[in-house]
Amino acid sequence: MQFILRQGTVVDPSRKMRRVADVAIDEGRIAEVAPRIRKKARKEIDARGLVVAPGFIDLHVHLREPGREDAETIATGTAAAARGGFTAVACMPNTQPVNDSEAVTAFILERARAAARVAVYPIGAITKGSRGETLSEIGEMHRAGIVALSDDGHPVQNSQIMRRAMEYSLLFDLPIIDHCEDRDLASGGCMNEGYYSTLLGLRGMNPAAEELHVARDAILARQTGARVHIAHLSTRRSLEFVRRARRDKVRITCEVTPHHLLLTDAAVAGYSTNTKMNPPLRTDDDIEALAAGLASGAIDAIATDHAPHNINDKMLEFDRAPFGIVGLETAVSLILDRFVRTERISLDRMVELFSTNPARILKLERGTLADGAWADVTVLDPEQKVEVRSSEFLSRSRNTPFEGWKLVGGPAMTIVKGKVVWTV
Amino acid sequence: MASLTHKDLLGIEQLSVDDVELVLDTAAALKEVADRPVKKVPTLRGKTVINLFFEPSTRTRSSFELAEKRLSADILNFAASTSSVSKGETLLDTARNLESMAPDMIVIRHPSAGAPHLLSRECRSSIINAGDGMHEHPTQALLDALTVREVKGGISGLKIAIIGDVAHSRVARSDTILFSKLGAEVWACSPPTLMPWDFCRLGARITGHIEEALDSADVVMMLRVQTERQHEAFFPSTREYFNFYGLTRERMKLAKEDTVVMHPGPMNRGVEIDSDVADAPWSLILNQVANGVAVRMAILYLLSGNAGLRPRRVR
Repeated sequence: MQFILRQGTVVDPSRKMRRVADVAIDEGRIAEVAPRIRKKARKEIDARGLVVAPGFIDLHVHLREPGREDAETIATGTAAAARGGFTAVACMPNTQPVNDSEAVTAFILERARAAARVAVYPIGAITKGSRGETLSEIGEMHRAGIVALSDDGHPVQNSQIMRRAMEYSLLFDLPIIDHCEDRDLASGGCMNEGYYSTLLGLRGMNPAAEELHVARDAILARQTGARVHIAHLSTRRSLEFVRRARRDKVRITCEVTPHHLLLTDAAVAGYSTNTKMNPPLRTDDDIEALAAGLASGAIDAIATDHAPHNINDKMLEFDRAPFGIVGLETAVSLILDRFVRTERISLDRMVELFSTNPARILKLERGTLADGAWADVTVLDPEQKVEVRSSEFLSRSRNTPFEGWKLVGGPAMTIVKGKVVWTV
Repeated sequence: MASLTHKDLLGIEQLSVDDVELVLDTAAALKEVADRPVKKVPTLRGKTVINLFFEPSTRTRSSFELAEKRLSADILNFAASTSSVSKGETLLDTARNLESMAPDMIVIRHPSAGAPHLLSRECRSSIINAGDGMHEHPTQALLDALTVREVKGGISGLKIAIIGDVAHSRVARSDTILFSKLGAEVWACSPPTLMPWDFCRLGARITGHIEEALDSADVVMMLRVQTERQHEAFFPSTREYFNFYGLTRERMKLAKEDTVVMHPGPMNRGVEIDSDVADAPWSLILNQVANGVAVRMAILYLLSGNAGLRPRRVR
């Protein structure tokens, strides 16, 4: 026996399990989960007071390699993931060059084998160069190992192209992850259009820009039968469209980010570029709806949209700075402190959002502590005292709006295929 | 003598009513300098002011420069087109370089909202916002208030109609916040396409009909309409705009008999305002320009000596 985690609270929604138990790991796989395992292991870990969950999977990260290694690399991004309690990440294709071919997919997987601390799943571009014009070689990328399709950051504007992409994705049953944004309606804005954009004199992005594309995707998914996953959903009405589509048996899922759950556009006052992201921070009414959706099950997953940027790029005027913030090293503590500790969601629900459902959406053989599954395990300490200090991040970038936040609860240990890749 | 306790002037939003009264009273007192044979006082002798302009500006820039000269400050003019900015230097690096020349105040005009706030966090010098994107133009609002106060004796209770491209106007924002703070009834009027979201929460009543805005108005503030906006589908044509929102002699009859007309300039005659309105006796447009120098002298004077104070947390 390789090792045994003793007497932690095992929370595994895939097995409908929540009880104090021992978890035995051997040869990189789960050997047994039982109330008390008599055997001895080479390594024994006392997990009393800790939560033992199937490994967390972040559906939505930007690792920036190849192309912007000054902001992040596969090595640093996955180190940040491990520190943040994630055992796997799915990386968006908006690298330089764009991951729109078998060659780039193979490069990313090659680099991941050499340097990654956690599992890396590449997402392929829907269209060549993510230019929204012609389909990329989806079949060849699928053969090379992509788990989903997305033109994140450069969303497909032409609905006919999106329809074709959905139809074609059926061949491989790949989900299409859409960053929903009608670019004309968003009209070059840099924050949510509302009272605060008026007050601050910043060009606003109409929330309808997102909602329109959520509705479009739901309509096309219904017609084509394709699987659609809405990335970083951020408004009340977007969620209503997803809910309605699901009632109509459309194969649609969605994710939200911690920042869209916890911050509103009021945070932009002061013009910190670490409050600039796309979709933008919305209103109190929206975060109330998202929180309700998190609890009710309307929202399937929490993803970070980890978007590292070099500080030189972020230290600019607000309207000139790039969109995006880092999230891998703050997400788990934010949700533990602000949602689980306050009993807005249960621990079981949190594990579903971070592990069970992301695995299901990407059809990964992960997200479970079933006997024989890969031993990807996230161990949480609900009492851990955390103060967010970007200077301690393992990510190469520091662009977080949560600097200085004091939180309770955080990842204590991250195990990938039976190997401890990070521990406090 | 009372003084402002702020390090910077970033916007009207941060000023209390007492602050505003102080600025206006000081400006009124300083107006007299313009009538002297030698138009200069030694108030800011030995102080250095940098004028950092990233946008073309004639009126505001010369107004600041004149104010600085009348107070005997040493001036450094820095225009984006002639500077290292055109070589790709960031705003922050430009500011840090200028900061090391130990100025007391930096006057900044910039096309990005929040640019003065960025400087405020990084610089010891007092930052004066001379217009940032669509955000604020505080000295313009203060000179507007001074102009109205001179003519009407006060501001509380007046109906002030602000008419035109509200969405893209920093003057509309600063004026609305200031006049409503001082107790006026502010009406903002523009086509619905040019009225920003929740503008009423800044303190204005909203209408799309100029007649409603003009009805019994004490003050009419016209905003410049950029003719290129018609290509962004904000309105069909400048002709139709003038038909529905242009200030004409006929429409002026709706306002109070002793109404006054203002415009922050530069004007588009025949687009938002008819010439016979702009040039009539009720027009205060040239008073605004004269008061601009006095208000800027007041701000420079009241902030001098505040460099190095802790920047306040402001929006």
